[in-house]
Amino acid sequence: MPEPIIRTEHLSRTFGEVKAVDDLSLAVPAGIVFGFLGPNGAGKTTTIHLLLGLLEPTLGQAWVLGFDTRTQAGEIRAHCGALLEFSGLYERMTAEDNLDLYGRIYQMSSLDRKSRIKELLTHLDLWERRKEQVNKWSRGMKQKLAVARAIFHRPPLIFLDEPTAGFDPVAAAALRADLAALVAREGVTVFLNTHNLTEAEKLCAQVGVIRNGKLLMVGSPDELRTRKGSSHVEITGQGFTGQILASLRARPEVAGIEQQDGRLLIELRGEARTAPLVSLIVQSGAEVEEARRGESSLEDVFLTLMKENKNE
Amino acid sequence: MSDLWTVVWKEWRDSIFPGGKIEYLRPLVFITFLGIVLPFVDRQGWLALSGAMVFASVFFPYFYILNYIGDAFAGERERHTLETLLASRISDRAILLGKVIATVSYIWGMTVLASLLGLVIVNLAKGPGPWAFYTPVSGWAAVLVAGMLACLLAASGGILVSLHSATTRQAQQTLLLGSLALFVVIFFTARALPSQWFRGMSPSQIFLVALLVMALLDALLLGIAMASFRRSRLLLK
Repeated sequence: MPEPIIRTEHLSRTFGEVKAVDDLSLAVPAGIVFGFLGPNGAGKTTTIHLLLGLLEPTLGQAWVLGFDTRTQAGEIRAHCGALLEFSGLYERMTAEDNLDLYGRIYQMSSLDRKSRIKELLTHLDLWERRKEQVNKWSRGMKQKLAVARAIFHRPPLIFLDEPTAGFDPVAAAALRADLAALVAREGVTVFLNTHNLTEAEKLCAQVGVIRNGKLLMVGSPDELRTRKGSSHVEITGQGFTGQILASLRARPEVAGIEQQDGRLLIELRGEARTAPLVSLIVQSGAEVEEARRGESSLEDVFLTLMKENKNE
Repeated sequence: MSDLWTVVWKEWRDSIFPGGKIEYLRPLVFITFLGIVLPFVDRQGWLALSGAMVFASVFFPYFYILNYIGDAFAGERERHTLETLLASRISDRAILLGKVIATVSYIWGMTVLASLLGLVIVNLAKGPGPWAFYTPVSGWAAVLVAGMLACLLAASGGILVSLHSATTRQAQQTLLLGSLALFVVIFFTARALPSQWFRGMSPSQIFLVALLVMALLDALLLGIAMASFRRSRLLLK
């Protein structure tokens, strides 16, 4: 099995009494987009700071690209790209100079820098505006430029800290599309901090859910749905009497029932079949116009995990 | 070395000449006063290294640098660019020294330019006749060195203050107060020193001792700044 690109063992970081990251053990395989999901203040940004060696862990250890974050932080930063909480662009400099600066920092040749600037800005539809100071740009354009800066020196791993936070849905979708295209083209591993579940569902091969510094679950979105989510069936019709509801509740495959505006929402256990339930309803005298089966979304799983963790 | 040059390049583009008209006005004001107005007023005294010439060539750059250096880290922190810079491969030493070198080279470069312009202005003002130069030449060189050390003093102290300030404004206020305190200390220390220490020393020798003390102070402040540069501390400020 190949060595994970990121590995942490009991990684912890406290700020006074606050445990920002608490006993985090994680392995991120290379070549994927890994989504780190959590609400605000869950410890996502601190985790990135720890992985980049910008903060020392209080306890535990982490390795990024095989380098120890405590003793080889310089090597990690030399081989990774990052788009952190803020775009970090020098707004009084032009777009071209912003990329050129990071090319110089990563010791790329002048020729390589020039061709890379053209390649990335063209890909992101920003080439025509390369001579403009960044402070004249929209937030979406700045963020695209910041993504370009993060991958400019062709790192094998990049860290993105909530890249679409505060964006309207259209701008967020556009940036997500650009991000997905760039990531696929460059073949880079991405550690993506986000609290946007649509983003995680669309981009990530694996996700980890964190709350109060604790890792609650890791796996692919499908695995998470299987482990924590459930199937449900929505039945539209009329004549759903109390007796029918009681009969349904008595069935072993039914986990719960809710009646809303002439619809029945039946939560199922495991991989239960829908047809016997519909039969039962019809035989009991109700009319069924439509029966639609659905799976839990990643959002449902996330909310379940948050609720469970809160109750603990 | 290339890292150092990268930071200097960045500072020149981002902080010193970011492209607004005001950025060209500041050096213009500096050169007009130090290179035209003051030499024109002082005339021959300027070339004879008068007290006014020495004072202006040392303190003008010192105070000018305070305008820029407070922004070095505090400004980056305010503009949210520091975190990304710290997350890059560039070394602590290159970031810190690059910022100092960029500012000192800019202000001291202007000081040298103003000094040469002052020479031209005095010669033009005195009318026909052979061209005069700064006398003694070694004294002029010493004044330029003093100017550079003063720049370095302001830059080293400034970078140290900027490292520990949340905003540029806070850094500049601290620097101004710190400078006033420094001058008060220098004034009273100079008065308190036993006069026999300087008996038998020429003014040039006293000036050289002052340069040496300034150089030591520069090195000390720069050393403290480098020792207190911690990425985690900067990030959490």
